[in-house]
Amino acid sequence: MAKGYDIKELEHWDGRIREKVAALGLSTFAQEFELCDHEQMLSYMAYHGMPSHYPHWSYGKAYERQKTLYEHGVSGLPYEMVINANPCLALLMRKNSLALQVLTIAHVYGHNDFFKNNFTFRATRPARLVSTVKARADRIRDYIEDPSIGLARVEALFDAAHALALQCGRNIAVRKVSRAEQKERARVAAEPPRDPYRRIHKAPEISEPDLDRLPLEPEDDLLIFVRDHNPRLADWEKDLLTVVHEEALYFIPQIQTKIMNEGWATYWHWQIMDSLDLPQDLHLEFLVRHNQVVRPIPGDINPYHLGFKLWQDIRRRCDEPRSDELEESGAPAKDGLATIFEVREVDRDVSFLRRFLTKDLIRELGLFQVEQKGKALVATKVADDENWREIRETLLRNVGMGGIPVIRVIDADHGRRGQLLLRHEHDGRDLHLEYAERTLVYLQELWGRGVVLETLLDGAPSCLKQDDEGFAIEDGAA
Amino acid sequence: MTTVFRPYSGSEGLRSDRSAGDRLRHRQKVREAIRANVADIIAEEAILTKTPDRVVKVPIRGIKEYRFVFDEMAPRVAAAGQGEIKEGQVVGAALGDQSRLPGAGDRPGLDYYETDITIEELIDLMFEDLQLPELERKRLRENLIDHGTKRRGYRRVGVRVQLDKKRTVRSRIKRNIARRQSEAAAGSEQGRAPFHREDLRYRRRVPDVQPESNAVVICIMDTSGSMDARKKYLARSFFFLLYQFVRTRYRKVDLAFIAHHTHAREVTEEEFFHKGESGGTMISSGYRKALEIIRERYHPSLWNVYAFHCSDGENFAEDNREARRAAQELARICNLFGYGEIKPPAAYHGDSTMLKVFDSLKAKNFHAVEILRKEDIWPCFKALLSHERRDAETAA
Repeated sequence: MAKGYDIKELEHWDGRIREKVAALGLSTFAQEFELCDHEQMLSYMAYHGMPSHYPHWSYGKAYERQKTLYEHGVSGLPYEMVINANPCLALLMRKNSLALQVLTIAHVYGHNDFFKNNFTFRATRPARLVSTVKARADRIRDYIEDPSIGLARVEALFDAAHALALQCGRNIAVRKVSRAEQKERARVAAEPPRDPYRRIHKAPEISEPDLDRLPLEPEDDLLIFVRDHNPRLADWEKDLLTVVHEEALYFIPQIQTKIMNEGWATYWHWQIMDSLDLPQDLHLEFLVRHNQVVRPIPGDINPYHLGFKLWQDIRRRCDEPRSDELEESGAPAKDGLATIFEVREVDRDVSFLRRFLTKDLIRELGLFQVEQKGKALVATKVADDENWREIRETLLRNVGMGGIPVIRVIDADHGRRGQLLLRHEHDGRDLHLEYAERTLVYLQELWGRGVVLETLLDGAPSCLKQDDEGFAIEDGAA
Repeated sequence: MTTVFRPYSGSEGLRSDRSAGDRLRHRQKVREAIRANVADIIAEEAILTKTPDRVVKVPIRGIKEYRFVFDEMAPRVAAAGQGEIKEGQVVGAALGDQSRLPGAGDRPGLDYYETDITIEELIDLMFEDLQLPELERKRLRENLIDHGTKRRGYRRVGVRVQLDKKRTVRSRIKRNIARRQSEAAAGSEQGRAPFHREDLRYRRRVPDVQPESNAVVICIMDTSGSMDARKKYLARSFFFLLYQFVRTRYRKVDLAFIAHHTHAREVTEEEFFHKGESGGTMISSGYRKALEIIRERYHPSLWNVYAFHCSDGENFAEDNREARRAAQELARICNLFGYGEIKPPAAYHGDSTMLKVFDSLKAKNFHAVEILRKEDIWPCFKALLSHERRDAETAA
């Protein structure tokens, strides 16, 4: 092992860190570490850390890209990679110094605790991850080797499915309503309101709800909708769509809690390392590394930095509130530690930032809103009294799944021609047209018939249509 | 609950290599994408200005991962570095991929994709696009000429005529010295030492096959008033391709540029493409100049001559006969002689076209093509080469 330490030494530090983890009240899965070299790390990164993922060229592309960036010194490799599984898996870079390994181990326990306790991860079934991923990969390799299917068709279907994978319901706290329940709701909604004077009122017209309509309510999960309602799909095709959808569901919590999760792990490695009584040389290196991690990136957002600051601030406001804060929101209900543990369980980035990103913090972090004007990036709003809320709103729109447009299925038999009608829930941001066009081509492939997407372009209702005659943009609603 | 530490386990085994298949597939897709666009790349101006390291940037279409994403114009939030940011301050240039917000992988800029390839690789891809089988490509590449045999080293067996007397004597002396030393050590008597079979040294001869090394590309262009910048650009693309092609086959490739209107001059590359002239056209003057240059500097017995002429086909009618005769002469001494007529697609087609005149020219290595748009360049070039290919086939 490099740098003059061995596994024994890592185990020793791990033991001490685990004592602290328990004493501080973190609750974690069992932990497994694996030492790897930079090529193995690149490989894990390309497959999002999945131990035995199904093959697809896009992962080769991710690998090459990451490798190029690494070799040209544009971006370094992460110190670790933590996989949401039970037991939790983490990779450590073997060439890192001892101080860095100790810091990383402490950091990993932060992520481990977050995966175990945050509500968004509840449906990810970490205990079954390894076997599930392996089983999927095996099935897909079988499809590829099956002479009646083959690589080309599997690849083409994955290309299309990956394009739409993240178009799905994004709040796991909102339960998916079954079709029977939707019918019931539609029926209730169509009933006339109860009227105590109905004897003397004219009978209201009863409009019969169309209970055969598909879908009854706008549908978020595009891949699943296509899988369930395109009868022309073969079983293997349905299986692939399910695999892609389930994998998206596994990753969405991580997308949705990036700032909280990284901030949480950083906050705890900072606390743990501080309490470990490190020898001076290790402690100095820890301080240097920690400051590198939480350094703001000018012109961008560093989730480690933002998250770390927020967690610190939440705790401070409960434990040592300033007088103006006491005036504004009264005495804190709980102490700082209890508050942050509760927050790490019940929030995700959007709610976390909305609740805890204050004007003072926005000022302190120097956050501003930036827009593209012609060829330049211009700071359009800075954190003054008028604009700080808008800056926060803009940030909220961009974090988590906010970078992905909300697009729902409205009608599966549009124009009585079996076309798929979608609606983009416009939030002030237009779609990127070239990308929308190509994605609609993929959707058409999956659906087997034309697709229509309602959206706003420069404020005007428009329809993007993709059918056998090609792509077209039309004004007005569908 | 205990923590498991798994030690580092080399790069062998399944784990480290599992991305290999996907990487390979990705590279295949990149190559396919480039090949699909090779005609576009050729026709794009960038490739013509040769960069010193001969690397071209090729945008790769078709292997992007498309998804629904927002327009780049949408506002976002960023952190300041040092100092305060003022409202309205310009904080950077709108680059394609500068956005690295959380979840910024969803921004289209990040998927902007281009790759560097050298001109060599591009030429390779062009050959692939021409769909020449590997063997045939090699034949086109290496023109081997048999010069008989040449000496290479010595050996102990051979025929009498190849006996090298000097080396044979030297090896006998060496053997004697060695023998005397061992006999002196043993104290035995020294005797005469005759030649032994082991002393014999023969010259070794191997067949002498050398790649043919000299070729010249003679670019002839009409620089009369009717050749505008666009036509010159098309001509230039064509010359470029021809030069690149010839370069892959020969070690040393010379270029000669002949500009002509009513009379011809040899010029530098710079002048060739940038200097406009005015007046009428006498194509024969260019051909005669080419013949003169070949006679003086590039005798066909030592040089492989490739000549190509670009013109808009507007020639003085009284010169046509003379031009045809000169072309016949050129075709006789060149490996390949091509004529490209560049016509604007929509413009007025004059009556004078040399294509008709050259119709009657029957030479195996003469080829006339018509170029209307830049999209025509590649197919025309292919047509020209298929000619060369047939040549190689018949030669083989």
